[in-house]
Amino acid sequence: MIQTRRTITLGLVAALGAVLLNPVRALAAWNDGAFKARSTMDGMKALGISNPQDSSDIVIRAPEIAENGAVVPIDVTSNIPGTTSISVFIEKNPFPYTGSFEFAAGAVPFVHLRAKVGESTPVRVVVAAGGKFYTAAKDVKVTIGGCGG
Amino acid sequence: MRHALMVGLAAALAAAPWLTASAQTEDEVNAEFEKFRAVLEQDNPAELWEVKGEQLWKTPRGPKKASLEKCDLGLGPGVVKGAYAQMPRYFADVDRVMDAEARIVHCMITLQGYQYADLAKAPFSSATRTPDPVSIVTYVAAQSEGMKFAPPQSHPKEREAYALGKEIFNFRGGPWDFACASCHGLEGKKRIRTQLLPNFADPATAIAAVQAWPGYRMTGGVMHSLQWRLTDCFRQQRLPKPDYTSETLSLLMTYLTVNASGQTYKGPGIKR
Amino acid sequence: MADPMKIRATLQGDVADVRVLMAHPMETGQRKQAGKVVPLHFIQTITATLNGKQVFAADISQAISRNPVFAFKVKGAKAGDKIAITWKDNTGDTRSDETTVRGDS
Repeated sequence: MIQTRRTITLGLVAALGAVLLNPVRALAAWNDGAFKARSTMDGMKALGISNPQDSSDIVIRAPEIAENGAVVPIDVTSNIPGTTSISVFIEKNPFPYTGSFEFAAGAVPFVHLRAKVGESTPVRVVVAAGGKFYTAAKDVKVTIGGCGG
Repeated sequence: MRHALMVGLAAALAAAPWLTASAQTEDEVNAEFEKFRAVLEQDNPAELWEVKGEQLWKTPRGPKKASLEKCDLGLGPGVVKGAYAQMPRYFADVDRVMDAEARIVHCMITLQGYQYADLAKAPFSSATRTPDPVSIVTYVAAQSEGMKFAPPQSHPKEREAYALGKEIFNFRGGPWDFACASCHGLEGKKRIRTQLLPNFADPATAIAAVQAWPGYRMTGGVMHSLQWRLTDCFRQQRLPKPDYTSETLSLLMTYLTVNASGQTYKGPGIKR
Repeated sequence: MADPMKIRATLQGDVADVRVLMAHPMETGQRKQAGKVVPLHFIQTITATLNGKQVFAADISQAISRNPVFAFKVKGAKAGDKIAITWKDNTGDTRSDETTVRGDS
């Protein structure tokens, strides 16, 4: 389906308006375009992320080497004041955009997740805070391992 | 000309850091893997099967519509706490040494009326199905978390089980002339790709054979017990497949668990 | 209804450390079983409330691991508070579970 830029802009404004007017998120808001994006850049575009600034106030903890790429634990903490969401992109996965986590009413901007990582890759995180975007990345190595238990 | 080439080559090699710097050692990689597994074990999907197993233990089921709450795992009917860490052991009612899963299957047959043939048909987990005995042994094993392995060696058949288990462990056979000891024996540290192969004959490292089983296997996201793991070892050695809950596996488990005696069992774990 | 989640919420000061284990195959649609491709089947959205008030929400992809585990933290929680978590997957299946925040042990 081809949308005009105007339609997309109106759509984004409407979505933003909906979020501002109604902070309780609608379960139906799953962003299909972002999840189907084949690159981190396209995923970010679909999410309306623009000009993310590198930030050392985003702490990503992930194993140096993951024994099994099927379950890679990733911890993200944002020390940026006013953080409202954390988005995760596993850059070399077929569909890099892995998810967004939103914080409201006292939730601490921290999340622990476990993801499938297809091959050694940077894990990129984008934080939304105060209407601006910030980003950081961490490399994760993945092995297949041998035949044992 | 050749001299210049040699000097040039030597200089190039000296300048290449990837040749002179040590690659990550086996121990470093293994340490990383252990850290990785420790994080995942904090919230282990195996817990989902502990819950399921407890339900299966307590719910009246099978043709006899009975629960497993009268099942004797060696510490008396219905006593689950600590039982797993004290198995395999001899059971007079069957006159043989049994491991935990073999005993659970025995109870499912005698108390609940299930048929061995049905339980043995597809006894191992797949992506879509976990057989009941696997959930139950996960629950039972969790009730021994934090306890020291202490399989008894007081009955003559228990001591015989250890000796026979040791023979099985060292028995070379099949088209590749493999024994368990070929990978896990006394000849020092061995490795398959990135997986270290601990020595199970040495009490210092034998714990690795029984720790973290039953385990949630990351590959495929399935729950597996030692029945699965040892059967798969036989397959990897190209040896004939042992029957589900057969005496062979109980004997082998006796050898491995006795070697690990005195060491603490951490409960169902995470496996590659 | 889908299999239950396992939720643990423990207080560390005034922050509830919430850990949730979900039972879900999280199929990517890339895997084959018995020669046939297993269709896409994964949790898409998660919401969590503290005493009925939403505190945490997530949109996730099929790249999240099978039997997902998440942890998040909620400030201003007290022992006895209720944490409720709901997930919904791409087939419309849904699951809700709750737990009570436990004080420091």
